[in-house]
Amino acid sequence: MKRSLGRVVVAAGMGLVLAGAVAACGTDDKEAGGGGDSATTADCSAYEQYGDLSGKSVTVYTTFVDTEGASYEESFKPFAACTGLTVKYEGSKSLTADVLGRIEAGAVADIVAFPQPGLLQQAVATGKVLPVPAAVAQNVDQYWTASWRNYGSVGGTLYAAPLGASVKSLVWYSPSAFTQYGYEVPQTWDDLLTLTADIAADGQAKPWCAGIADGDATGWVATDWVEDMVLRSAGPQAYDQWVNHEIRFNDPKIVDSLKEMSKILRNDSYVNAGIGDIVSIAATPWTDAGTPILDGQCFLHRQASFYGGNFAAENADVGENGDIWAFYLPSSDPSSKPILGAGDFVAAFADRPEVVAFQTFLSSPEWANEKAKVTDGGWTTANNGLVKSNLKSAVDQLAYGLLADPSAEFRFDGSDLMPAVVGSDAFWKQMTAYFAEVKPEQDVADAIEAAWPKD
Amino acid sequence: MTAARIAGPAKNNQPAKTKPGDGSREDGIVQNGGPRQRLGRRAARARRVLTSSAASTIAICVGVLWSVPTFGLLVTSFRGSVQDIRTTGWWEALKPSNWGGFSLDHYGTVLSGTGTANLADYFVNSIVMTLPAVVIPIFLALLAAYAFAWIPFRGSNILFVGIFALQVVPIQVAMVPLLTQYVNLGLNSSFWVLWLSHAMFGLPLAIFLLHNFMKEIPRSLVEAARVDGAGHVTTFFRIILPLMVPAIASFAIFQFLWVWNDLLVALAFGGNTPDLAPITARLSDMAGSLGSRWHLLAAGAFVSTIVPMGVFLALQRYFVRGLLAGSVKG
Repeated sequence: MKRSLGRVVVAAGMGLVLAGAVAACGTDDKEAGGGGDSATTADCSAYEQYGDLSGKSVTVYTTFVDTEGASYEESFKPFAACTGLTVKYEGSKSLTADVLGRIEAGAVADIVAFPQPGLLQQAVATGKVLPVPAAVAQNVDQYWTASWRNYGSVGGTLYAAPLGASVKSLVWYSPSAFTQYGYEVPQTWDDLLTLTADIAADGQAKPWCAGIADGDATGWVATDWVEDMVLRSAGPQAYDQWVNHEIRFNDPKIVDSLKEMSKILRNDSYVNAGIGDIVSIAATPWTDAGTPILDGQCFLHRQASFYGGNFAAENADVGENGDIWAFYLPSSDPSSKPILGAGDFVAAFADRPEVVAFQTFLSSPEWANEKAKVTDGGWTTANNGLVKSNLKSAVDQLAYGLLADPSAEFRFDGSDLMPAVVGSDAFWKQMTAYFAEVKPEQDVADAIEAAWPKD
Repeated sequence: MTAARIAGPAKNNQPAKTKPGDGSREDGIVQNGGPRQRLGRRAARARRVLTSSAASTIAICVGVLWSVPTFGLLVTSFRGSVQDIRTTGWWEALKPSNWGGFSLDHYGTVLSGTGTANLADYFVNSIVMTLPAVVIPIFLALLAAYAFAWIPFRGSNILFVGIFALQVVPIQVAMVPLLTQYVNLGLNSSFWVLWLSHAMFGLPLAIFLLHNFMKEIPRSLVEAARVDGAGHVTTFFRIILPLMVPAIASFAIFQFLWVWNDLLVALAFGGNTPDLAPITARLSDMAGSLGSRWHLLAAGAFVSTIVPMGVFLALQRYFVRGLLAGSVKG
């Protein structure tokens, strides 16, 4: 018996030694990689209005983790340094799954950034979300358009100020390959179809690559495609009716939009470049789907502005004259410019003075510019107080330009606005079937309509 | 060689096993003799079947098939170029011409951390979370198992069935009510919520497992202790506990692996902050908010596996014995 106990002790000891070794490595690196505090020396005049908040603390909960989360924490530093406030940041990819439970249990953070207006509505329904303070409402009116204010409101009351934003109506391409083969960026939807046919005829590679797989969220990429098509083929007005279920999901306008999309995504000579056939779209991870452009196996890939980060991770030269760049997914009529996008909305669950102050700061141009300066790429906002040149990545500047364009009509990602059983269930699954089983457009629309909750 | 290894421990166990039998021979030589012989024949037959060359071949094939994905992941974790990982299979890296592609870059990134995160913090969190979460349920379950096994009281059977029935309650159902209680008690955002949650979720199985094992200890042994004047406390510490070591070790491995690999409970109760989140939370974040750094996952997985692997290898002997102990005895 003694011998065996000895073994246990040895095992425990081994574990501790290992832990110690790893701890030692980690500490060294932390010291080497530090030095991010230099930003705090900025002048404090912009923050004087918030007063002295030393000794107070605010908790913030978002979906951003790792380097994305770190840039948020970094952007809070000047405010924290000038006011003395302690900001406790928490980022978790499971926010959408657990935030309602936390609200119910009373364990929710002071400030939560909701990634979907639909989730914000559910949170407001619990009665725990506080309407925004007057200073925040004033900022929202001053720096955002009415449609953004609308997406942060429930029943006419503004509950959440917009935070970040992304633009989804983008097509990624390689400027160097376009120059090489003499292709030009299309200005209308018909131009895009012609370009697609030309690329296919030239036979270098199939023109489009796509992929919609994303674990248990498989299908969302395709819903973005559909939304962009509805905006272009049926128009922004029909889009609003469709999202609010004022017209049915299997309305002829929507089915026609799906058929328009099939012209590209269900044509075997147009997809799926560098990967496989139409069916392969359903199984290709969305993170991998655009990268064949870098290998010259694919020419066009429709994906949001944040996809720039994936190209950056491959060490690609992202820029107007580089290996990879994006153009606006054109509409059939060049005079209208619908833009599909998404964003987050910050709501507060407490009204302590420091929470109000921090919430006001997040809706101010000071924060937007601070955030832009510390983010390497993959972030933008619709706050028109942002100075474009502060955004470090060219793609983010392009996206911000589109968001700030007064002639553009912004629409929020429809699947985030629809009821969850449709927007993050039936819609996803049916679009997966649209590729995996090559299900007819009418059947797809009928099946999603059938899933819409009856009220 | 496989055959020798399987047969080895069984042979060694023989003398050890007859010892408690010797003590009980006075009261029941007839009852013990029959089943034991039958058991011996069965064991011999099982040994013959399991050590045949066909069985060994099948076992080796299954073992290889089972390890291939893990091996592939290990190879991938050492591949330096993201492009290569994306475009070619891991076996391509094994070709001698491609050996230059191996590097420790991903391990370097994983260990040094991306963003503000420091892997060491999460590693320490995992250890701080896991050790009490293993010790607490074992301690409580031993006491409960002793009471169920050796202290007769009214309704003990119903209570025991009730405890085991708790096994079927899914964790997800308990989450919001439990979190509400933690908030009310003021325990929120401390390691207590993780220790208590893991202890609660582990207890039903622990009590069931340890109780069944404890029941196997010959009644005469406990009665002899009682005749010699030992109370419950002495019996528990001097007689039962030493005999329970294999069972405790095997449950400890179960619970350790479950807690170490847990992500759900840690995120739901503790939240994803550097103060509380375990290494699994860090691992799931490592790929970035949108999964653009997925190539780090293979290296991250192996870093987080080191500790459970060490624990398993060190306690493996008890694990097998503990599992068998519950099942083979007639």
